[in-house]
Amino acid sequence: MEPKVITHAVATAAKSSTWKYEDGSYFCQKQGSGNNWANGFCVHGPRHEEAVSDLIRRQVERCDRLAGILTMMSVAGGTGSGMGTYITQCLRDSYPHSFILNQLTWPYGTGEVIVQNYNSVLTLSHLYQWSDAILVHENDTVHKICAKLMNIKHISFCDVNKIIAHQLGSMLQPADTVGTLGHYTRNPVGELLKNLVCHSEYKLLSLSTIPQMSSSSLAYSSFTWPGLLKHLRQMLVANARMEEGIDWQVRVPLNGQPALERMAEKTKQGFNKSLANVLILRGKDVSGADPEAFLHPGLYSSWLPAGTAFSTWRSPVPFNGYEKSATLVSNSQSLLKPLDNIVGKAWNMFASKAYVHQYTKFGISEEDFLDSFTALEQVISSYRHL
Amino acid sequence: MTQSIIVQVGQCGNQVGCRFWDLALREHAHINTKGVYDEALSSFFRNAVLIDMEEGVVNEILQGPLRDVFDSTQLVTDVSGSGNNWAVGHKVYGPACRDHVVEKVRRAAEHCDSLQCFFLIHSMGGGTGSGLGTHVLSLLEDEFPEVCRIVTSVYPSAEDDVITSPYNSVLAMRELTEHADCVLPVENQSLVDIINKIQQMAHSGKPSQVIRKESTLISGRGGVGGTEKPFDAMNNIIANLLLNLTSSARFEGSLNMDLNEIAMNLVPFPRLHYLVSSLTPLYTLADVNIPVRRLDQMFTDAFSKDHQLIQADPKHSLYLACALVVRGNVQVSDLRRNIERLKPSLSFVSWNQEGWKTSLCSVPPVGHSHSLLALANNTCVKPTFTELRDRFMKLYRKKAHLHHYLHVGGMEHACFSEAVTSLSSLIEEYDQLESTKSLLWSDAPRLQVAT
Repeated sequence: MEPKVITHAVATAAKSSTWKYEDGSYFCQKQGSGNNWANGFCVHGPRHEEAVSDLIRRQVERCDRLAGILTMMSVAGGTGSGMGTYITQCLRDSYPHSFILNQLTWPYGTGEVIVQNYNSVLTLSHLYQWSDAILVHENDTVHKICAKLMNIKHISFCDVNKIIAHQLGSMLQPADTVGTLGHYTRNPVGELLKNLVCHSEYKLLSLSTIPQMSSSSLAYSSFTWPGLLKHLRQMLVANARMEEGIDWQVRVPLNGQPALERMAEKTKQGFNKSLANVLILRGKDVSGADPEAFLHPGLYSSWLPAGTAFSTWRSPVPFNGYEKSATLVSNSQSLLKPLDNIVGKAWNMFASKAYVHQYTKFGISEEDFLDSFTALEQVISSYRHL
Repeated sequence: MTQSIIVQVGQCGNQVGCRFWDLALREHAHINTKGVYDEALSSFFRNAVLIDMEEGVVNEILQGPLRDVFDSTQLVTDVSGSGNNWAVGHKVYGPACRDHVVEKVRRAAEHCDSLQCFFLIHSMGGGTGSGLGTHVLSLLEDEFPEVCRIVTSVYPSAEDDVITSPYNSVLAMRELTEHADCVLPVENQSLVDIINKIQQMAHSGKPSQVIRKESTLISGRGGVGGTEKPFDAMNNIIANLLLNLTSSARFEGSLNMDLNEIAMNLVPFPRLHYLVSSLTPLYTLADVNIPVRRLDQMFTDAFSKDHQLIQADPKHSLYLACALVVRGNVQVSDLRRNIERLKPSLSFVSWNQEGWKTSLCSVPPVGHSHSLLALANNTCVKPTFTELRDRFMKLYRKKAHLHHYLHVGGMEHACFSEAVTSLSSLIEEYDQLESTKSLLWSDAPRLQVAT
């Protein structure tokens, strides 16, 4: 809703000789939404619905075959979260048979915007109704990757965004989903959703990539598929978001133990249960990589057999300078804790009615807040009892 | 780009406003090396409305170096002044020049592509700034209800030379509480203390402590104005406050902040919108070999009571919310590191433990490599208000000077008692919040969902 960032993005792209944004493919106004979800959703959204829908439709009409729509937004601010949610609703209405994947960036836990938790709660609860899947990146996690793995001393948002872009690229680049190499899928988003989102109550996805390191260290490293896959599996099991500091003590609970004991073990150890996983392998000797360990039934919830819950995609083309790389897109409990934190903090604030007048001013009532909280508590409960 | 309109009312308001435009010119000239005066700048300057009920100050402006910048369509003046009487400013001049003011403001608004915010600059102790200023404030709310109103108010110190300043201030406070979106109070005593600190540094003579003269917060060097006048140093500080506040709207950065985001994030309850501000660094050392420890020092200083623009100590009171507006070559990791470092020593209200709003603008102010403006909604404003009320009651109990006010049509005793009640209830609200400071709080019980 304000022009500075778009102008910068368009100019930067145009300067790089490899690609650029098309003229007239952007929309901006003069004044932002003031970090106010209600302003983005109730005011800017409807006001600019026609113009934005037009722009999107022009792009859709040029597609031979629409594989899906990927939206990218943050949840802490006003425009990305509020207006982004409104646009998702419009997209769902206009293209009822298309896949919609929302990529969300969650803010630093220590605060970037004071009302970020309100904005997050309102966004997530509404998106759950219209989106097919929600892929989450947390600034805290990516910041740690920059600091520990990439060894960047003064981390800027540019560095953070590069990591997120790398992870998205490794997921969306062409790959073979069927098993016969050389046959790339035409429908990556659809396949992803088919494999990962089998129940409408479970839509939160997270991404982990291995390896991630600075280009200077890359020259001195070599990788083997068994090594990479072992680390990635433990990252999944122990809910570690990067390959440093993994807790190797956390184990998959054995099927022989009685159910209650298993539950206690799980919560004590911090074991991360998955609903479904998609493993994407790219690079040299990719057909030789064996993801057998990911098929262990203990990793998954009981109502989906491991064979259905897990799939592997492969591509012999290396990605972004890494000779071998593995990406795991996961529908699991890994986002449970951060989500619970956000809802908890937002609830505390709501209990003292702080800042609520800023939202009611634009048309979001206390009832709407309560509905949103209820919806998210339901999601939290579902994931907790996976 | 969004624009703001600066409305300067009264002697203090106009003098501060003048310093603001002078420094703004200097800043834009620094960035825009093609020339001092260009198209963008001239549109920037049309966003000013100067109001004063006596001609002296405004005439000086019109004869000074800024005369080419303003024109008569932006002025509202009268002849005889308000005699340091809030009632005259508010009840007499208010309605009388209301239409004029509306017309000038509307004209300025029409020049704006996108009007985001009104900045009102005035003092609380006098007659015009205080009385007419607050009348203009409620007028702006009526005519432009969607535009944010940020008020910079200069509060009188205890040894103010205007005897009736407590009356004027308390009567004005009530208007501010009702009609402003955000108030940035400033006290003359704090400004004087900051100036003394800088001058002490400047004259200390230690070789490693030589400061760059044009980089101090009080320096107007390089601006359009010539010699420095008595209140200039103090007014420069307030001008810098406004410059830093609007920097994110005027220049680009990796984490922009618009002015309406300030009101959104820092005002949890409508009446509690008084923000304590602090500016760092006060000066830059001339020796370029001083290490980057300066950056962390800047953050620490922002929370010390010596850098606040009112007599308050936010570190020992309760924070409701805090905003950090950083300018210059500072990355998000530096910002996060400093927030983590300073958090343990500050107490935040229980429902806003991570109550930080952050903003990064890549263009630093003239003479510095980076700077920080901290705005805090903190209960440390309470002592300022309590003292003000005490000074008011001292006069009111004796009915001293009251007849000057009651002579004015529309003024009654009720105005006074309502004003002091409003102030008291404001103090009470801050009190209640502060009392939660040392209590052990527990999270509100969450909604239970059937499994």
